[in-house]
Amino acid sequence: MAYDLLEEYLRVERLPHVWCPGCGHGVITHALACAMAELRLDPDRTAVIGGIGCSGRAAFLFDMDAMHTTHGRAIVFATGLKLVRPQLTVILTLGDGDAVGIGGNHFIHACRRNLDLTAIIYNNSIYGQTGGQVAPTTPPHKKSTTSPYGNLEYPFDIAQLAIAAGATYVARTTSFDFRDMVKFIKRGILHKGFAVIEVLTHCPTYYGRLNEMRDPYEMLHRLKEHTVPLEEWEQLSAEERADKIVVGELHCQERPEFVESYYALITRMQSQQVKGDGN
Amino acid sequence: MREPELVQGNEACARGALYAGCRFFAGYPITPSSEIMEYLAREMPKVGGICLQMEDEIASISAVIGASWGGAKAMTATSGPGFSLMQESIGYAAITETPCVIVDAQRWSPSTGQPTKAAQGDVMQARWGTHGDHPIIVLTASWVREVFEMTVHAFNFAEKYRVPVILLLDEVLAHLRENVILPEPGELEVISRQRPERLEDFQPFANEMMLNFGEGGHIMVTGMAHDEMGFPTQGQKAAEQLKRIVSKIERRAEELALYRAHYLDDAEAVIISYGITSRAVEAAVELMRAQGLAVGFLDLKTLWPFPEKLIRSWTEGVQYVLVPELNLGQLVREVERAVGGRAPVEHLGRVDGYLITPQEICQRVQERLGVNHGVRSS
Ligand SMILES: Cc1ncc(C[n+]2csc(CCOP(=O)(O)OP(=O)(O)O)c2C)c(N)n1
Ligand code: SF4
Ligand SMILES: [Mg+2]
Repeated sequence: MAYDLLEEYLRVERLPHVWCPGCGHGVITHALACAMAELRLDPDRTAVIGGIGCSGRAAFLFDMDAMHTTHGRAIVFATGLKLVRPQLTVILTLGDGDAVGIGGNHFIHACRRNLDLTAIIYNNSIYGQTGGQVAPTTPPHKKSTTSPYGNLEYPFDIAQLAIAAGATYVARTTSFDFRDMVKFIKRGILHKGFAVIEVLTHCPTYYGRLNEMRDPYEMLHRLKEHTVPLEEWEQLSAEERADKIVVGELHCQERPEFVESYYALITRMQSQQVKGDGN
Repeated sequence: MREPELVQGNEACARGALYAGCRFFAGYPITPSSEIMEYLAREMPKVGGICLQMEDEIASISAVIGASWGGAKAMTATSGPGFSLMQESIGYAAITETPCVIVDAQRWSPSTGQPTKAAQGDVMQARWGTHGDHPIIVLTASWVREVFEMTVHAFNFAEKYRVPVILLLDEVLAHLRENVILPEPGELEVISRQRPERLEDFQPFANEMMLNFGEGGHIMVTGMAHDEMGFPTQGQKAAEQLKRIVSKIERRAEELALYRAHYLDDAEAVIISYGITSRAVEAAVELMRAQGLAVGFLDLKTLWPFPEKLIRSWTEGVQYVLVPELNLGQLVREVERAVGGRAPVEHLGRVDGYLITPQEICQRVQERLGVNHGVRSS
């Protein structure tokens, strides 16, 4: 791993970060920096766009053009940016509430539109930043400050939602699986199209404390125990799958990428005009 | 001589945008503004620009801000319901000093209201729609050619001062077709954002210089209170920065004030109006002048920053001020404040979806000036 290169990508002078001790967000951000370093991305041609939430704060840590946007809208800010600067590698750091709660509409449309963006979703199953409220990703019966008697709702499976909506690269892993995080983020960045990397992570401060798992280490272990790699998942019966979550590269597909399609249209219209002017 | 052509208000807006160098548009269909996006969907690719229909208006304005940071002159267009949805991101544009243009073709009253009826009810929303103290410029227009010109001004102001600029149209002007000769290339000034000369010690949030993404500046942009380098701050520094971005517009109120003034030198009564209503005002003033009445008008193109000093000086010594608007009283209060009790200021409002007529205006002014013969329409 290119650890020695990390300083090129991170604003080390801004460390330590603002996250709680034991929070998974730092691990994911570290994995993202490693992925950038391993790909030797040019920091002058890379941008990180974050939403609002503990997760969105990652944007402040990258030594490159970065934007900390509004809650739920990072994807659409990035859409405008990417379309006018196609040569930029644009990476999104989103929370679960950010991506599929308030920003759910933008999320599904981005999947459908298939712009060459890489969305890393820091899914801690809760609204961390605002103090541990229920999220559209909180599992049934789990407690939060706004589901004090247990969640009555049913959560989104973000990876499945992304696939159904048309994302062309979808992977899921956990904050426990550092190497998979780096691997999937790298592949997501290299993939031409909308790539979603969902990282199941832990928020000890709220999710953990409210659900009798105060210890970050215990939470990490739970993530490991509750997830099953895709190869194994395929061998499991329906009962065996019941309280498990599949992780791995879940979907990869080729489909025309939107920025390329738009620029092809520009070329076509402009060449027609040149011909037209000659007549 | 070029031949006049029949152009719709919305089309003039779209063409003005292209003239000003707009190369990114994102929008969501809504009456009465949709023709702007339809025109740009056809024309943008031909000039190497991008026109994108988004999933809603929040997405539209947000994509516009992203595109602006990418270096493009960028615009969106909508009407009341969409304008309401955009407010949070307009605040983001204001605090991040992002040049962009937002067109709001006003419709009648809140919610769905009457999509195909004109109104001027978004004047205060345009100024204060997003939360908190913030800078904004709001322009308006009354004629189709003026829509074109004001769109160019909107981009020029946005780029020059790094501020969101709102262009308020209304249903009638948006859909109106007029015979016009639109400006030729080079006829109007076109201004673009200013790049800093030196990158090394550049502070991206200290003044109106701007470095785009992808140019090696490693710019940090946030909607949080931030210092000159774009990193979160609070207390005195936050106050300083907020005052800087607000005052960069407010202290320039006079140079930003675009208006038409006529017959004001000897006027006993002054009519102050803007947008579509100014057409009736101008006609009314001509009718009354023909009768020998000393009436003049001030047709405001810049609504915000409110041209307070200008109004104060033009209403010096007059006996009567009338402010006709298609609402229940919005800009009139600002005018009242500027006049400061030195003359009676009255509102003439209309909210039945129809325009204020010259006859209504004449009647009111004649009554107040104590003239008892009516004016017949010609
Ligand atoms: C329009 C709007 N509504 C609400 C908020 C308050 N808010 C800030 S962060 C957040 C939730 C964050 O949760 P998530 O996206 O899951 O990120 P996390 O903090 O868990 O990483 C909310 C509701 C806001 N900033 N803007
Ligand atoms: S509140 Fe939760 S998600 Fe936010 S920093 Fe703390 S542990 Fe992490
Ligand atoms: Mg969360």
